[in-house]
Amino acid sequence: MSVSQRVASDDQLARLLQIGIVLEEVVEARTHRHYQQLDAELDEEVETLLADAAEESADHRERLEALIEGLGVDSVPFDEIESLVDARYGRTRPEDFDDVLYDQLCNEETAYKFYDDLIEAIEDSEATFSIDREELIATLTTIRDEEAEGVREVTEVMERR
Amino acid sequence: MNTADQYLKTIYVVQDSEDGPASTGSIADSLGVSPASANEMIGKLEERGLAEHEKYKGVTLTDDGIVRARDALQTYCIIERFLANVLAVEDFQAEARELEAVIDDTVAERLDTIIDRQPECPDCFDPESDACACLEVAAAPVEPEQQ
Repeated sequence: MSVSQRVASDDQLARLLQIGIVLEEVVEARTHRHYQQLDAELDEEVETLLADAAEESADHRERLEALIEGLGVDSVPFDEIESLVDARYGRTRPEDFDDVLYDQLCNEETAYKFYDDLIEAIEDSEATFSIDREELIATLTTIRDEEAEGVREVTEVMERR
Repeated sequence: MNTADQYLKTIYVVQDSEDGPASTGSIADSLGVSPASANEMIGKLEERGLAEHEKYKGVTLTDDGIVRARDALQTYCIIERFLANVLAVEDFQAEARELEAVIDDTVAERLDTIIDRQPECPDCFDPESDACACLEVAAAPVEPEQQ
């Protein structure tokens, strides 16, 4: 068993990027469910927050997909992951969802933590990847910083209430 | 999961299979590290009150160590189950071992929301197969159920 906390190969990097895609898809699916279930209760501020979060997740997902494509590794088709995640949340009862803002905060914090750990693991690695390392780190850093900004935005809305 | 958690998880599993203190040799073998490296980390776990090491007997986890080890084992099971059932990874054990150090508990918790883990987890972990005994491996990504 390897006890290193480094990313050692294209395949391993691609797998971690796939996990990032799933996390982004989870954000989109949960946001969508909140929309459906809290329709009447959503005020404009929360609605805008959710819409922006869903849009940002879709954008992050596309950027991660572009990185995987650059690695030339076969990835699980996105529509399969999407239908799986949608089906999972379709079966979740409304009471099993956290408060909408708290849930959104968890989404952003989890994503931030994931990208932060991933960047560190890539920086600690001496492996050569099929895609440009600088570009890879720059893309992930941008995504991570947007997640950090998301945490700040949700926290601000929560504090105002 | 960090390196300390990987050790705790391993000691927990070895202790369980040896039905007593885990020998340093078994821990090192399981992790694929040298006995010297294992000894160094075991010393750190002792300093943090997570394990006790008795010469010629082996390592025993403290109550705090057991709690953390079980959490780490659960995170590992989540990663395995996610790889096997969502991403249809054939050699999910090997990939889980590679990825566990990079996947944080909070991330694993999120992945846990889209897999069907059994309530008895992590007690269902089978060291022989290095996987959950309840895990059914899908040949392809799981098709969503019709609603």
